[in-house]
Amino acid sequence: MTPQEKAEFDRRRRQRNLVVGAVLLGFVILFYAITIVRMGD
Amino acid sequence: MTATAAPIATPLPADWRDFFALTKPRVMTLVVFTGLCGLLAAPGHIHPVLGFTAILCIALGAGGAAALNQWWEADIDAQMKRTANRPLPGGRLRREDARDFGLLLSGASVLVMGLAIHWLAAIILALSIVYYAVVYTMWLKPRTPQNIVIGGGAGAFPPLIGWIAVTGEITLMPVLLFAIIFMWTPPHFWALALFVKTDYAKAGIPMMPVVAGERATRQQILAYAAILLPLAAAPWFIGGTGAIYGVAALALSAVFLVLSVQVGLRRSQPDDAMRPEKRLFAFSILYLFALFGALVIDRLVLA
Repeated sequence: MTPQEKAEFDRRRRQRNLVVGAVLLGFVILFYAITIVRMGD
Repeated sequence: MTATAAPIATPLPADWRDFFALTKPRVMTLVVFTGLCGLLAAPGHIHPVLGFTAILCIALGAGGAAALNQWWEADIDAQMKRTANRPLPGGRLRREDARDFGLLLSGASVLVMGLAIHWLAAIILALSIVYYAVVYTMWLKPRTPQNIVIGGGAGAFPPLIGWIAVTGEITLMPVLLFAIIFMWTPPHFWALALFVKTDYAKAGIPMMPVVAGERATRQQILAYAAILLPLAAAPWFIGGTGAIYGVAALALSAVFLVLSVQVGLRRSQPDDAMRPEKRLFAFSILYLFALFGALVIDRLVLA
């Protein structure tokens, strides 16, 4: 793997990790909100 | 004897945007819009958090079905100019990753819908995914020129699911909303197929203009547009909506019918610019947004 390929590899992996992290965080917040709403029913 | 190990090529991780593209975001905007309209137009109340969750589940389900569709059709997509640059035929994503991504989205959307909203909405959502990914994509699309009529059923589910998410039951009104999109899809898509038909022929998809000919396709566009007019007004006639929706539905459907007549009664010439067909296709998108927008406005005004 050339240094350029390595840099691209790292960039894509970092971006993907960030997106997956953001999605997971979003679901954590959503499930928390759903639980609160559901408990109030 | 010594063996020199060949360097193992490490494939680049797929870009997250390619996963996003698998969900067909442009189709999803229509899905989210019609699902949201079904949810907002339904009688009853849903907590905004649960309403958001229901729409999210509809969108994720549609995204999952779209990913499964692209996984299955990668070879066909590669042969058509319009789809050749999608992530799979473009070689930017592995097929099995697309399949797993589609299954994950589909499964998660149904599960969350069932747990957070209720299971009737989840069952209908699951049905819509199976209908699109299996009945339409795998089974009937490559086998019948009526594929678009059948595919229209898949696109018709979102308002039905949105409505059921609020009411928890299937009544005539959401079934009518389903029927409207069902009847709208063939003229919408065949108008497109008339001006991109060479691509479908090359990919071996029995699209109506390729199999039955242009004339039959134009006649069928006209027939569906004619049925759509009374059907779109039906929610008003049965007392399910007020006059705002009723008048909007009649006016929009009349324009739709006039544009369809222009397409239905003409025959294309060699090197035809296909303007009436392009106009009908463009208006058909506006039609659906305006019709469902009127439905929601009508409901908000009545409330």
